[in-house]
Amino acid sequence: MSTIKSLEDLKRVREEALKKRDLKASSGTVQVIVGMGTCGIAAGARDTMKSILDTIEKDSLSGIIVTQTGCIGICEKEPILQVVIGEAAKVTYGKVTPDIAKKILKEHVGNGKVVTDHMINI
Amino acid sequence: MTIVPIDGKVVLEAVRTAVDRYGATRDELIPILNDVNREIGYLPGEALDEISRLLRVPKSHLFSVASFYRMLSTKPRGKHVIQFCESAPCHVAGGREVWMAVKEALKIDEDETTPDGNWTLVTTSCLGVCGVGPVMMIDDDIFGNVDAKQVQSILARYH
Amino acid sequence: MAHFRSHVLVCVDPECLNKGAHDVLDAFQDEIVAQGLIDEVQVLETSRIGSCSNGPEMMVYPDGVHYVGLTTYDIPYLVEEHFLKGRIAAKFVEEKKITVDEELSAPTAKEIRVVLRNCGKIDPENIEDYIAEDGYQALGNVLTQNKPEEVIEIVLKSGLRGRGGAGFPTGKKWQFCRASQASPKFVICNADEGDPGAFMNRRVLEGDPHSVIEGMIIAAYAIGSNQGYIYCRAEYPIAVKTLNIAIEQARNFGLLGKNILGSSFDFDLEVRMGAGAFVCGEETALMASIEGNRGEPHPRPPFPAVKGLFGKPSNINNVETYANVPQIILKGADWYASMGTEKSKGTKTFALAGDVKHTGLIEVPFGITLREIIYDVGGGIKEDKGFKAIQTGGPMGGCLPSEYLDLPVDYEELAKAGSIMGSGGLVVMDEETCMVDIARFFMEFTQDESCGKCTPCRVGTRRILEILERICDGKGKNGDIETLEMLCSEISETSLCGLGQGAPNPIVSILQHFRSEYEAHIYEKRCPSKVCKSLIRYEIIDGTCTGCTVCARNCPVNAISGERRQTHLIDPDACVRCGICMQVCNFNAIVIN
Repeated sequence: MSTIKSLEDLKRVREEALKKRDLKASSGTVQVIVGMGTCGIAAGARDTMKSILDTIEKDSLSGIIVTQTGCIGICEKEPILQVVIGEAAKVTYGKVTPDIAKKILKEHVGNGKVVTDHMINI
Repeated sequence: MTIVPIDGKVVLEAVRTAVDRYGATRDELIPILNDVNREIGYLPGEALDEISRLLRVPKSHLFSVASFYRMLSTKPRGKHVIQFCESAPCHVAGGREVWMAVKEALKIDEDETTPDGNWTLVTTSCLGVCGVGPVMMIDDDIFGNVDAKQVQSILARYH
Repeated sequence: MAHFRSHVLVCVDPECLNKGAHDVLDAFQDEIVAQGLIDEVQVLETSRIGSCSNGPEMMVYPDGVHYVGLTTYDIPYLVEEHFLKGRIAAKFVEEKKITVDEELSAPTAKEIRVVLRNCGKIDPENIEDYIAEDGYQALGNVLTQNKPEEVIEIVLKSGLRGRGGAGFPTGKKWQFCRASQASPKFVICNADEGDPGAFMNRRVLEGDPHSVIEGMIIAAYAIGSNQGYIYCRAEYPIAVKTLNIAIEQARNFGLLGKNILGSSFDFDLEVRMGAGAFVCGEETALMASIEGNRGEPHPRPPFPAVKGLFGKPSNINNVETYANVPQIILKGADWYASMGTEKSKGTKTFALAGDVKHTGLIEVPFGITLREIIYDVGGGIKEDKGFKAIQTGGPMGGCLPSEYLDLPVDYEELAKAGSIMGSGGLVVMDEETCMVDIARFFMEFTQDESCGKCTPCRVGTRRILEILERICDGKGKNGDIETLEMLCSEISETSLCGLGQGAPNPIVSILQHFRSEYEAHIYEKRCPSKVCKSLIRYEIIDGTCTGCTVCARNCPVNAISGERRQTHLIDPDACVRCGICMQVCNFNAIVIN
């Protein structure tokens, strides 16, 4: 990590960050994002997250980046899980229990089939 | 109550760790009290004595601060503290039934500690997670969408 | 030289090798041989085709097909499909964009996201995510291009007003603090969000902490301060953790500390955690708490801008106020002022709760009507019941009935209607809500949270609560309404701080708009919404009851009697009004009167 000493440095860091993001998208990386605000955690996001990490390890899945984000604003649907595959649109799932998370990993991440039952439109 | 007497050494250790971390100045008082309260479970007299000595603040002041804030306690608390959200959105979402269930399960009322020293039950103002109410917090873990039937199984995790 | 039909490039960069590129390569070679294609297909090792993150990867020319995520098991299928049958093996092809990603920008047409623009979109624990969204760009511009006075001028022109509730113009506040001669000066962020049902600030702190930090650095530059505090309530441990991570990252990047962006401006920031006291959201109480005292308010003046934290000039703003600042700098004061009403500019976040279909956080421009918020953004009342009231402004706010649904929401209009903007809690109540019960509920809260320093608030709120409890209990008497009115006006006029001054608001607004409900409780001993337990009776309808005995068997106090196949009867004296009988009855034979 480099210190930002000037406006030019800031621009450079920004461009690098954007590049990293584009690269993630263009390379077809799978991003699994879990809402880990207090509301998410209260609704069980930690268990959901754990189930995702366990499944990835158990099934030796690769190329999946698991990240977290804050409160999305639809707390009644927590825990919320989002899947982004490459440049495809982000798909948002609501009330994702550990079992549903496993199902999403298997069907959506594994086979590219969106699990429509648990999808939410936001 | 059968709460085990607190070891004086442990108390002093907790105080010194907290004072070292924040520095011995008066404006760090609340962070220090918070840390000690978290470590020991409450603020025993020995702790207040030691903080008073290190920060050069009269004990009366420490007591006035400690008794003001809801999360600080000068009385022994149970091993686990349940904070139950009592604000309107949780109330509307069925918080009352859950509250009754918790009291029933622990056989204690608000601000009481179970005879075995395991549980203390307090209410809290809004925890800010109203979208998943009713909500309660056990130590640092937060539980949302709680219904009366789940209370037993949630409490069982802490044995 | 042999002529090959196809050239297959397999990536052998370390990352792909790690994922088994060599095995895939070997398997592919074997399969090509086995299928007799060895003279037609040339296999080459290459470096980087894509990002390697979904390796092993393979590029097939001249078709230009990019396969990813291969394993040795997939090879026979792939070879058969692509090289024998000439079809692209779609399931290994790198995914291409399917549709446009528009979600999260604005879930409903009426919403505009300024403060919440990054929430739920970026990883709050990664500063690069924020920087990628133009983060710290506003700070960079300000430090290199603007004098502090110019920054204040921009904020003044934008019309930004304090989002903590009072709505004082932010630019003016900064001006006052800048004008104060003493030093050092402090910049404080009030993150002691305590209103029940309001969690806008939690979401910003947990989802986009850097926007608050950036806003604070800009404010510090504008007023000439080098030290800041974020006072966050202890009920938000995750927000505190996220903030601390964000501050650490900003420090490591040199965005906090000495000589920020080479401008010779120094600023650092510290998070202070409360210990559970609602009144600490009041600014003078908050500063007392940072100083290590009981969080009790002090009379103003002197205002914090003159004599604040540690007796020094201090600027104190709310989380949402600071989070607006970077966008105002980047997009300009005119852009911000183009949203909202004449006196209330920009957007406001609200926590929508209660009997509305979509609860949660919203951000809308000022001037939107309550009706639009409830029906367009919130999706309407739960179970399509009727609307009764909306409570705005938290426990110090007021309840507005349906006549006010078309009220444009801004600071002045809400005040005119007898409520307040407050920090942005909106609780929607449907037709089955008892307003007297709600009044009692809010008074219970303020009474509990009164710090006890001044008498009107400490004793007055208790007296009001006692009267309300009596009314809900069916023991209201003549003169109660008048006593309530008298107490309310005394308490608002004589209390020391906003908590006491605002405490009677819910009672007064309910008296103003729902007086008949108080009257029904007091004079007719009747709860029109059938909520107050002492004032309702469960009754069994003769003729509808089939005498199935299920209610009698479920009654916890044996208050129901009756023979099988005969209409049952509830003994009102024994009944505890738990409502179980009504839930278990299969014939809707039990009603509340």
